[in-house]
Amino acid sequence: MGRKLSRVITGLVGLALGILFLFPLYVLAINSFKTQKGIFLDVLALPADPYFTFKNYPQAFEKLDYLASLGNSLLISVVSTLLIVVLSAMAAWVLVRYKIKTSTVVFMTFATAMLIPFQCVMLPLVRLMSTPSYIAALIALAGVYLAFLLSLVVRAAAEKRLGSGKAKIPAWIAFLVLAPALALLLLAVIRSRGELTALNRPGLIFMYVGFGASLSIILFHGFIKNVPLELEEAATIDGCSPFRTFWQVVFPLLRTISVTVAILNVMWIWNDFLLPQLTINKAGWQTIPLKTYFFFGQFSKRWDLATAGLIMGMLPIVIFYLFCQKYIVKGITDGAIK
Amino acid sequence: MKKTKLSFWGFLFPVLFAFVAVQLIPTVIGLGYSFTDWNGISREINFVNFDNYARVFTGDPEFMGAFWFTVRFAIVTVISVNLVGFALALIVTQGFKGSNLLRAVFFVPNLIGGILLGFTWQFIFTKVFQSIGDKLGLGFLDGWLSTPETGFWGLVIVTTWQLAGYMMIIYIASIQNIPDSLKEAAQIDGAGPWKRLTRITIPLIAPAFTIGLFLSLSNSFKLFDQNLSLTGGGPYKSTQMLALNIYNTAFTYNELGYAQAKAVIFLIVVAVISLTQLYFSKKREVEM
Repeated sequence: MGRKLSRVITGLVGLALGILFLFPLYVLAINSFKTQKGIFLDVLALPADPYFTFKNYPQAFEKLDYLASLGNSLLISVVSTLLIVVLSAMAAWVLVRYKIKTSTVVFMTFATAMLIPFQCVMLPLVRLMSTPSYIAALIALAGVYLAFLLSLVVRAAAEKRLGSGKAKIPAWIAFLVLAPALALLLLAVIRSRGELTALNRPGLIFMYVGFGASLSIILFHGFIKNVPLELEEAATIDGCSPFRTFWQVVFPLLRTISVTVAILNVMWIWNDFLLPQLTINKAGWQTIPLKTYFFFGQFSKRWDLATAGLIMGMLPIVIFYLFCQKYIVKGITDGAIK
Repeated sequence: MKKTKLSFWGFLFPVLFAFVAVQLIPTVIGLGYSFTDWNGISREINFVNFDNYARVFTGDPEFMGAFWFTVRFAIVTVISVNLVGFALALIVTQGFKGSNLLRAVFFVPNLIGGILLGFTWQFIFTKVFQSIGDKLGLGFLDGWLSTPETGFWGLVIVTTWQLAGYMMIIYIASIQNIPDSLKEAAQIDGAGPWKRLTRITIPLIAPAFTIGLFLSLSNSFKLFDQNLSLTGGGPYKSTQMLALNIYNTAFTYNELGYAQAKAVIFLIVVAVISLTQLYFSKKREVEM
């Protein structure tokens, strides 16, 4: 009896707190359907006739350049997150499986970098990312890496043609031809499009990969440590290349942790303000938080538009939450406990 | 897997490359810039020795103000976020009808980015508080965010509202790991709810408190978005926190070299706090 009563009381307290938590969003929502005068007269009242309006939304939609901002936010968060998940999983896998000193040093460097606040990096970062010689060097390095991958593919194809076994083609021959060619090609393509800078959307995605790496690698690292080796060994004995072993054997085993890593990164990148503000603050490139910030500066006394704009800004992530609640909660828990 | 150097670096390269290019090199270069008078405009950058650092400690009351404001804010917020988060976790783990829905509700503020939250609460504090105050005749609800004190508590309320749900999730996970048999045994032995909470639940979820304290402390120390959008540091820079102060030094006053020196100090402070706290919490866990 006493137990039942206490449960009812806790339930009521919980309900009251729930209402309190949602109250700010509720007030925001009701005022987004009022005219400016309606908001001025009474913020707590429900939108009622002379002051009820739907017009705030189309106006805020236009002023926020909503579709473009939404598209930018989606593009940047989704592409960055996919890259972070795949590339960090790859890196964490070799860091766990190669029990060499370099692995420990690299892993510790990633972990230590978590302590560095963004404010400490932002000024030199923005400068470097708009320095043509720095970008040229980065692109050249990326070109060399791509050439390395391609040369492996070329060699594999050639060996298949010639029949497996005896005829081994050194990959470096293909690599020597491909590396300078690709590096130059990439440089030329980018050069031809004007000033060499990374202060654009692809550059921002690259930066997110760099900033997201630490936490993602730590999470993957912890998970892979507990993945049994047998399957990978069997794959190797069957003659799988490391690349195929990773894609066909290891990566599928990492599904749960990949979802966690993806959720944490999407939520961070979607809501991030300062990095986009410093790097892609140009008409047509802005993300939702960025656009909201400037929209607000422009219409700070127009609460009718501002409330509607804020609701529209929140909508995508809340919808995402409704669909993926289970994964989000699990992701947050795993991410925090790491 | 054949373990070759080639495949090791082949797999590691992409992410390491991005990491080095956007974090490691800028950090090192930033350290160098903190000893210069770099202003972002002039091509000439001069080495000024420790001048920037000396100035931070001797000739910059604004930074010191921001520092103490941040410390005060962090202390209050860590306590409130964890208390509220823990209380919410206790409530929703009682297993009444609708507790799952409540869990989802408490977590919602955490989804929304700091910029949007700050603006939302600007509306609540300036318009809604005013209106409630007028209706109920409560004078203290007037003029929020227009004084340093209300700005401070405004920031605390927003941060608590946002982070409590996050801490709740962490506490729920560890409350659920407590075996039921323990609680039942305690109950049979005649332990009341309060005793069960302080003697069983709290000691057993100590690791979760470590995580909660660590996360909320570093989050509140590094707070930027909410500060920018809720108060903008105002009135008269009285609610400016460290991150915003660094930002303004760089972009309002164009003193990038000086801002970088502040950022390095910021880094040291954040690192020292995180490491000490981690050290003490781990030690305590071992002792228990």
